[in-house]
Amino acid sequence: MISRREFLMAAVATSAMVGGSGFGKWSRLAAQQALREDDILGFQPLGNVTLVHLTDIHAQLMPVYFREPSINLGVGEVKGLPPHVSGADFLKLYDIQPGSPAAYALTSQDFDALSQTYGRMGGIDRIATVLKSIRADRDANTLFLDGGDTWQGSYTSLKTGGADMIEVMNALRPDAMTGHWEFTYGSDRVEEIVADLPFAFLGGNIRDTEWDEPVFKAYKMFERGGVKIGVVGQAFPYTPVANPRWMFPNWSFGIREEDVQANVDAARADGAEVIVMLSHNGFDVDRKLASRVSGIDVILMGHTHDALPEPVKVGKTLLIASGSNGKFLSRLDLDVREGEVKDFRFKLIPIFSDVIAPDAETTALVEKVRAPYADELGRELATTESLLYRRGNFNGTFDDLICDALIDQRDAEIAMSPGFRWGTTVPSGQAITVEDLHNATSMTYPQAYRSEMSGALIKEILEDVADNLFNADPYYQQGGDMVRVGGMAYSINPTAGIGSRISDMTFLKDGSPIDPDRNYVVAGWASVNEGTEGPAIWDVVEGHLKERGTVKLEGNRAVKVVGM
Amino acid sequence: MTITRRQVFALGAGVAAVALTGLPRVTFAEEDKVQAAIDAFSGGATPETANVSLTAPEIAENGNTVPISFAVDSPMSDDDHITEVTLLAAGNPSPDVATFHFTPMSGAAEATTRMRLAKTQDVIALAKTSTGKVYMDRKTVKVTIGGCGG
Repeated sequence: MISRREFLMAAVATSAMVGGSGFGKWSRLAAQQALREDDILGFQPLGNVTLVHLTDIHAQLMPVYFREPSINLGVGEVKGLPPHVSGADFLKLYDIQPGSPAAYALTSQDFDALSQTYGRMGGIDRIATVLKSIRADRDANTLFLDGGDTWQGSYTSLKTGGADMIEVMNALRPDAMTGHWEFTYGSDRVEEIVADLPFAFLGGNIRDTEWDEPVFKAYKMFERGGVKIGVVGQAFPYTPVANPRWMFPNWSFGIREEDVQANVDAARADGAEVIVMLSHNGFDVDRKLASRVSGIDVILMGHTHDALPEPVKVGKTLLIASGSNGKFLSRLDLDVREGEVKDFRFKLIPIFSDVIAPDAETTALVEKVRAPYADELGRELATTESLLYRRGNFNGTFDDLICDALIDQRDAEIAMSPGFRWGTTVPSGQAITVEDLHNATSMTYPQAYRSEMSGALIKEILEDVADNLFNADPYYQQGGDMVRVGGMAYSINPTAGIGSRISDMTFLKDGSPIDPDRNYVVAGWASVNEGTEGPAIWDVVEGHLKERGTVKLEGNRAVKVVGM
Repeated sequence: MTITRRQVFALGAGVAAVALTGLPRVTFAEEDKVQAAIDAFSGGATPETANVSLTAPEIAENGNTVPISFAVDSPMSDDDHITEVTLLAAGNPSPDVATFHFTPMSGAAEATTRMRLAKTQDVIALAKTSTGKVYMDRKTVKVTIGGCGG
């Protein structure tokens, strides 16, 4: 929990954030508990350029439930600063009334109950409606940019190698995209797709390992509303660390700050009056980068899935966090004159699927790509009596379910499940379908391994992942959440140094301390190691669900946060 | 099957040949070794942290072969040029990695190489001028298990 002092510090820091325009109106509507499509789409245009940003949709073509984190800690200089504010603190910081549509969209507060009232969010056909309405007024001024993590995260995207998303997104006519999970289809597939893509795939931080030459275009110039815009693309820097490097062995990534500066300078030299960075770095990395690289006007951020109703400003750079899973579309209007941004207006547009009418053309396209899989997608596996979610720094209930399945089905003592930030939510009382399960597990390396690890090794793994999440220097963070564990408890001090954050590791089967010298049978999935063997994780969880019929996950009490 | 620490780290690096030892904690023995190497290069003088720019990934994609570049700001004239640059890996069993020799004819004191890093550690570049000055730059490179991102 955030202390009052920390909260005040965060509040002071909001002076560095800039007043959004659309949001105030949204808040008032929230107070009235009523929301109409006109209110959501309403926007007083400004200036000569409109940027529309969609990111981290994770192949969610349909409206979804997605609970934002109840815990999203920041360490070091960013402690208590957005996006490291959640729950009631978030509502206070942005002056949002509890129980309002904004509270439902942006926080975890009363999520299960509010999901009954406000329903699903997102849906690419609703996004299309918003996009078309913006273009109807401002087509010649509008750039539509996709921040990546677009092709992975659903049953149909996995079955089609991302083709479902590519077909639908192409119809929406993005101007450029960058990537991360895209690369887990392997370099051959990515090259095949990019060759036919009717827009730019940008990634200035990807080089081939042999000759250190750029693999993709670093930036592209556009002209909108008479303004020359340079869009610089930055893919997820730690793709070969966080995901299986053997799937794209000839590509090297990294933050490559010097290259970012060089590409910004090159775009300026090409005549760019405004520089937009389309980034998959993650929030804290971009916040640091914005303070060190000069000449970037706007960073459209991705990867860490943060949704903020107002931009955060670092120097002259506007940082935009547009959320994930299709819940939001960001609109940023810029007034660019004499080579600089004179004014802006921003709105994080919430895609309430029951309020925004679907675009019929896009609905038809989505139905077409899903049709071959419709029966399987809707197949019910069990019923959940409690809210199932993943997002948050530590075990969510969907992770606990996966860990229970790994321990039961694989006869293990301890389970490990990766701390991905994707994975949709299932409200209590609903059936868990194949689609729901795949939304939480769908990937190209799903094998559930079973092996023995010493207690000492388990601690080392937890320490290593904790440092990737809580290193005080954002450039050393990978942006996922903490690895989830089942069958054991532990305490974590995020502010401690590498190797000393984890304590009180307990084996839950008998309450004994985890013995560094004893071997434990561990089951897990999504190993980045080539040749990992085991059944696909969704088959493991399906087996578990079918045996149970009904599941109830009460919320994890095995992970204790200390020292914050 | 029993997974050893070696295999798990290899799991992360994705290369079965990497043996990564433990979590980064610079021991006194390591610091002593590094200081000894710095002293040997500088003749006991304290190097100034300036003029050398070391480029290294923040997190290594493959600890077995980490790309490292350096560039030293120097006129490279007959009177004032870089004579040698040494790269040290502070956490490796033997910190000395490579020494590059330069003359005014080199034009610029720059090079790129790859090194193996056994674990998270600092990489150090030391440069010596013909006038007897010693400059330094230092970067931490993290070697991690990986996975779980996104």
